[in-house]
Amino acid sequence: MLLEIQRENRWLPPKALARVSQRLGIPINQIYHIATFYKAFSLIPQGRHSVSVCLGTACHVRGAPRLLDRVTDRLHIEPGETSPDMKFTLSTVNCLGCCALGPVMVVDGEYLGNPSAKEIKRVIASCN
Amino acid sequence: MIKLKSPADLAGVRQQILSQRDPSKPCITICSGTACHAYASEKTATAFVSEIERNDLKGKVDIRRTGCHGFCERGPIVVIFPEEICYLGVKPEDVPEIVSTTLMENRLVNRLLYGDSNGEKIICEGEIPFYKHQSRIVFGNNRLIDPKSIEDYIAIGGYSALSKALFKMSPDEVLETVKRANLRGRGGGGFPAGLKWETTRNAPGKVKYVIVNADEGDPGAYMDRSLLEGNPHSVLEGLIIGAYAIGSHEGYIYVRQEYPLAVENLSIALSQARNYGLLGKNILGSGFNFDVTIHRGAGAFVSGESSALMNAIEGKVGEPRPKYVRTAVSGIRERPSNLNNVETWANVPLIISRGADWFTSIGTAGSKGTKIFSLVGKVNNTGLVEVPMGMTLREIIYDIGGGIRYGKKFKAVQTGGPSGGCLPQSLLDIPVDFDELARVGSMMGSGGMIVMDEDDCMVDVARYFLNFLAEESCGKCIPCREGIRQMLKILNRICDGEGRTGDIQLLEELSEVVRDASLCALGQTAPNPVLSTIRYFKDEYEAHIKERRCPARACKALISYYIQPEKCQACQICLRECPVGAITGGKNLVHVIDQDKCTKCGTCLEVCPPRFGAVVKTSGEPVPEAPPEGTQVERTKGARK
Repeated sequence: MLLEIQRENRWLPPKALARVSQRLGIPINQIYHIATFYKAFSLIPQGRHSVSVCLGTACHVRGAPRLLDRVTDRLHIEPGETSPDMKFTLSTVNCLGCCALGPVMVVDGEYLGNPSAKEIKRVIASCN
Repeated sequence: MIKLKSPADLAGVRQQILSQRDPSKPCITICSGTACHAYASEKTATAFVSEIERNDLKGKVDIRRTGCHGFCERGPIVVIFPEEICYLGVKPEDVPEIVSTTLMENRLVNRLLYGDSNGEKIICEGEIPFYKHQSRIVFGNNRLIDPKSIEDYIAIGGYSALSKALFKMSPDEVLETVKRANLRGRGGGGFPAGLKWETTRNAPGKVKYVIVNADEGDPGAYMDRSLLEGNPHSVLEGLIIGAYAIGSHEGYIYVRQEYPLAVENLSIALSQARNYGLLGKNILGSGFNFDVTIHRGAGAFVSGESSALMNAIEGKVGEPRPKYVRTAVSGIRERPSNLNNVETWANVPLIISRGADWFTSIGTAGSKGTKIFSLVGKVNNTGLVEVPMGMTLREIIYDIGGGIRYGKKFKAVQTGGPSGGCLPQSLLDIPVDFDELARVGSMMGSGGMIVMDEDDCMVDVARYFLNFLAEESCGKCIPCREGIRQMLKILNRICDGEGRTGDIQLLEELSEVVRDASLCALGQTAPNPVLSTIRYFKDEYEAHIKERRCPARACKALISYYIQPEKCQACQICLRECPVGAITGGKNLVHVIDQDKCTKCGTCLEVCPPRFGAVVKTSGEPVPEAPPEGTQVERTKGARK
């Protein structure tokens, strides 16, 4: 159920959690225990565009840390943060299962394999 | 759709499906696995649909979107049956040519075929070296079927193992067969599946559960995903057979929500199987009832551990619990619960239909059958490979994987995910099976195989895994939570060039504590990456600590970049690209990197034109004195166009 709320809102608003707790008769602390344990849930609002950089092992050895540095430079936010204008949320993931393309980043579902500095610039500029 | 009420019904439907299919009719299969999907295979597929309509071939050619073929390096993969012509890297703009040349004129499109090192073109998928050395008994069907179509699965003999188990074998016989086949858990531990089944079967209690563990969390491993996405019915069939042997009527499939396509294909598979009467009440009229629920995980590595996964299914937080009593006896809601990995379940129908003897004829003395590995990293042919147990690492990496990328030197291969270890060149010839890998300090794990070359620093790799584990540790028990954190702290220190004498020994001592005192397998195996790198690559640790040098030139704090004045041609590319403006120079002036400003991002090295090769990365030695400002460049021959 929390997964659905997360998908709808792109985060778990406290009000929604309170309601889940009320309706299901589960103490709110247990709900928060779950909401904070799993990575799929976010307790803060997410930006309109999601940018994720794969830090899986295969991507790591193919230079993912450098890719992440470049993306953070460009977006001026650190992994896990959302830009103040609510435009981007940057996250890191552990494996996307397309290691052949590594290092991979995904912008709103579009996969980019080993993007150059120019490509990163282009993709990020194309989001609005 | 008719409900099948007997084995004869199933055979009848199979006959009917086959009779409607003309084996000589061309069929275009397009790999739509995750990696190919990321290469935009869907665009290629739609291009085929419209191109075929445009040429009035509709009805004369079948198009099928299949699961992962495994050769992810060269996707999207298109195979045209019945000739099995295999085209690699097919883009939408290639489609008209394929349709007009291959389909209409029966000629090949040479440029899309696989070319070997001698330039010879290979037509047939099975002849490509990547495939030739594999034995794809579990994974091979992926390319033949549309995962969203139960008819495709039935057509290739699907569910006949289930029918055999239900009508020709007693639960005991099924159990006995799996035990005799010595099928060991493919998820990492390698525990014999038959024994586990027996424990659950004999455990007290009426309600028993069977569970598919598809919480594949190892970074760099994706075979379970590809199986679930590409052939969900094979996993389901295995699960139903297992349930029959164990005496369970309720099953769960725990899938990561990061795998939306797997969830989608599985859901479709479940409803199709229900409609056909292959799942639910009175399966195939045998009187056996069984149904399955899909449970989506929400992103936690530790939840792949059996007791943690069961907690998660109960709706609690996915943390492990102490296993004084095995989950096979007391699992979900304290009832006997048998958990096996995706690949393990997918092996079951094969064992039932072909027999235990066939299965034990493949593999080594202790490990039978095949194993799917995801071969990734610095290897030429990234992809999923299925090989018999006992093949050597060298064969996998060189014969199938095509060796190391860009002709670099092999350094290590990491197996078993974050709980596994790094194996050096000297161990390349060990046969890969559960026991051998454990003997040399690594493990089979779920089958990740990450190849590393001379540019990878082993201390950094150990740090990477510990960082991953520190984040994923649930924090319930102290040895794991604090131990990993302290080990990570030491590794960070070493990578930052602040290692102290005695750090290696301290790491070893901490490893021992974490290994012996942690609650679950995450902690117990967490030291493996550290211990195996210390065991085989101690010199690298020592270089970091004693000489402040990173032999692979990977640890940022220990490297520096400089520009060789005699090679710099003042092209100003690095000067423009440097993100922090650390490079000074100008037209005809030698460029210089300001070491105080440099963030060591490596952009300058990357953009410096190879014909100049002026940027150098060093570690452990001082950067040469920069030439005085305003030094003119020396033009080298051939530098100017």
